[in-house]
Amino acid sequence: MAPTPEQIKRERLYEPLGLTTAEYDRFAELLGRLPNYTEMGLQSGMWSEHCSYKYSKPILKTFWTHNERVVMGPGEGAGVIDIGDGMAVVFKAESHNHPSAVEPYEGAATGVGGIIRDIFSIGAKPVASLDSLAFGSDFTPHNQQLIDQVVAGIGGYGNSIGIPTIGGEVQFDASYQQNPLVNAMCVGVMPKSALQKGAAAGAGNAIIYVGAMTGRDGINGASFASSEFTDEAADRSAVQVGDPFMEKLLTDACLEVTRDHRAALVGMQDMGAAGLVSSSAEMASKAGYGVTLNLDLIPQREPNMTPFEIMLSESQERMLLCVKAGHEAEILAVFAEYDLEAVVCGRVTADGQYRLYHHDELVCDIPVTALTDAVPTYTTTPRIPAALAHPAPDFVPVVADATATLQALLALPNIASKRALFSRYDAQVQTNTVVLPGDDAGVIRVRGTHKALAVTTDSNGRLLALDPYRGGAMTVCEAAANLIATGATPLGITDCLNYGDPRKPEVYYMLQESARGITEATRAWNTPVVSGNVSLYNETSGEAIAPTPMIGMVGLIDDLSAITTVGFKQAGDVVYLVGQTGDDFNGSSLQFLQTGQYAGRITGFDLPTAVATGQAVLTAIQAHLVTACHDLSDGGLAAGLVEMAASNVLGARLTTSLTNAQLFAETPGRFLVTVAPADVAAFEALVPQATRLGPVGGNQLCIDTCDGGVNAPIADLIQTQQEALAWQLA
Amino acid sequence: MKAAVLNFPGSNCAEDLLWAVGPIAGAHAEIVPATATDLTGYDLVLVPGGFSYGDYLRSGAIAKFAPVMPALRAFAEAGGYVLGICNGFQILTEAGLLPGALQWNRDLTFICEPEPLVVENATTAFTRRYTAGQVITLPIAHGEGNYYADDATLTALEAHHQVVLRYQHNPNGSCRDIAGITNEAGNVMGMMPHPERAVEALLGGTDGLGMFESLMEVCDGAYA
Repeated sequence: MAPTPEQIKRERLYEPLGLTTAEYDRFAELLGRLPNYTEMGLQSGMWSEHCSYKYSKPILKTFWTHNERVVMGPGEGAGVIDIGDGMAVVFKAESHNHPSAVEPYEGAATGVGGIIRDIFSIGAKPVASLDSLAFGSDFTPHNQQLIDQVVAGIGGYGNSIGIPTIGGEVQFDASYQQNPLVNAMCVGVMPKSALQKGAAAGAGNAIIYVGAMTGRDGINGASFASSEFTDEAADRSAVQVGDPFMEKLLTDACLEVTRDHRAALVGMQDMGAAGLVSSSAEMASKAGYGVTLNLDLIPQREPNMTPFEIMLSESQERMLLCVKAGHEAEILAVFAEYDLEAVVCGRVTADGQYRLYHHDELVCDIPVTALTDAVPTYTTTPRIPAALAHPAPDFVPVVADATATLQALLALPNIASKRALFSRYDAQVQTNTVVLPGDDAGVIRVRGTHKALAVTTDSNGRLLALDPYRGGAMTVCEAAANLIATGATPLGITDCLNYGDPRKPEVYYMLQESARGITEATRAWNTPVVSGNVSLYNETSGEAIAPTPMIGMVGLIDDLSAITTVGFKQAGDVVYLVGQTGDDFNGSSLQFLQTGQYAGRITGFDLPTAVATGQAVLTAIQAHLVTACHDLSDGGLAAGLVEMAASNVLGARLTTSLTNAQLFAETPGRFLVTVAPADVAAFEALVPQATRLGPVGGNQLCIDTCDGGVNAPIADLIQTQQEALAWQLA
Repeated sequence: MKAAVLNFPGSNCAEDLLWAVGPIAGAHAEIVPATATDLTGYDLVLVPGGFSYGDYLRSGAIAKFAPVMPALRAFAEAGGYVLGICNGFQILTEAGLLPGALQWNRDLTFICEPEPLVVENATTAFTRRYTAGQVITLPIAHGEGNYYADDATLTALEAHHQVVLRYQHNPNGSCRDIAGITNEAGNVMGMMPHPERAVEALLGGTDGLGMFESLMEVCDGAYA
């Protein structure tokens, strides 16, 4: 027997579900009576941070979300940007951190599955996936297992469903040891005319449930994801299990509905966090209607499920559609063709009430808005963390042997190639992948046009930990630079904001400051935030992860012939460094190598300069003056050169006025490019910020500096860079 | 040449094959669902990669019971050309149209990499546009591509020149580096690498085009 309303209030049964007494009281006030157990359960899911963004909304509101290209900004399943030719690109990223920590294979797999549904629910064909991962830096057996299983789960889902994984990133830092980050991004392409929204409008219209049956997996996952970790074993039942085969059928069928049955379809949304309740309540709320569902009609995997369980189950591969009355059979026939179970389970109502029937009994009768618009928002008074208020003194490195330092840096997991991990993802299915993972960004062509899309994910928690404002802006700049290096014009971003407990003043400060940095940078690059999600409470035993906004950015290449890659192409090409190098060592990999930590203030970043440098490089690429391009980040100039040398095993003989140490400085906003000898004059005229370093060629990497330099067989450096991670994970 | 690209629920390379054989190679190709029961009128049947029916059991173990399989068997027995790629190869071995089996890769992980392959037999209908000993690079993308057969079968395969492609650097533990084989009659071929992913310079190479051109040459008499 479910507890009575009075018992819920008396024994505060809402607390274990993550609701405060004030929230419970407010809900009762909205209802004009005490909620019953089912209603209180719905509230706990819908008022969780994961569904309501109650702590992050005031911050998300500060994001810049619209420009001339944006077709649809945040608030729907995914963001949509015009790419010309009547086409649009659709993209979104989502975190699956908590499930992946507890059950890494299924946690990661269902993260991929969930974001794919967001894309096709808009009417777009999913064409690419990316994954931004962060793990602990101590490769304990448990951590190795975690890394292996997260990668296996991403591959297990993405490879099977047939969406290429064309990019992403993996970073290692002590702060993620107990709390890994798994952020999945999906990109879709569609004709602009196919756009559809998740709305349930028109009294009498049908609500159709399609896909997997509802089971007891992932019940109340939304509130699980919105709390700190306690006991893993007890949490495991809150993790869902994925079925990529079902999702492939669902994708194809739903795209057929949006393409061929537009007149019958009112709206469609996936059942993600808080499952059936969030999808149905959000669809009704967006349209200003109510909805009545008969839970006896919901396909159920297990007997005796309660309304609470049915509504809050997060079983995967389920979609909810609103279909015009009279057209039900037409839509059900499409799903039948794909052997998918679909049922009419309810109707839209005009009165704005959310009603559920179970065994012929009315078990919920509340205003839809009590689940959606009425959720309160909170702010915390921010406080700057002590370490930021009093930063460590500037790090002054001494690099006597630059060759040995470079070898050691290349072996750091954050710099070494991640090939051992990403080669487990199918990067080429759909046969559109022009630039494979391992470059600065993945690139896919858009069939039927002369265009291509470049996509990247970037995050850098250790930088944000030192300076959330600059770090936030620099993460956006890093993403833009990665796209530019392929020849793409940055279009827009999606983000996953991964932080600790927002009720803590220091965490809230980090959140607020990084959002300020992100906003400033997105305006400077003309790349609005069109979608995203928030993952808070990433803490274990009171310790928060490094503040980690993950920026997923999409760029457009108008002309396939302008696509540029990282690798040196030909001996004789001239290497240029674009942008100024300073003594910027705080937070650098060199600092970590020499001191074991990242500390100090962040120096050397200037947003207008970074944008101007990027635009100059892009102009040169688009003018076909550049044969290879790479943006500089971890490990600085020296590491960047090895990365460029790797694809065709070509050395270089270079001279610079920089010091040994400056070869490893991480001054942001710099690029390395190569230019064919015939184009040198034209390039220098177009990019005055460029400094000539010398020619590509030979078997050695020689860099003469003012106090020494690097001289090593390029094959040795490449071997370290390519194999170091595999050795350490073996 | 008129080619059918079979499409099982869960196949994810059917569209890629259609693109490679149709617009790129220039043959007539169409998708045929796994519910079809008649394959007459086609010169070539392509069995695509993917995860047929989810492949939650052994790869291809469910697909071999698909409605189209009796028609495929009849088509092969009548001498029609059949090319199974990746999951298609797995399905053909499961169905008994080719000998051996595909096990989990040696390292038990999925591998997506370009692989150099040696063309062992350039006289087949699938490889006549190549030369014997030629090294071509095709992408692989599989978890279960580790070819296994008993010694007697392997020896027979070699004796009858049925080993068509071998890996230069065996990525998955396949017996005798085998990447692709034909049946004894030479009209049915299975291979783990993906030729349809190597038909456009834009996407990194055109080494796979020769397979489709070989088949067109055989089916159409002369291919320019």
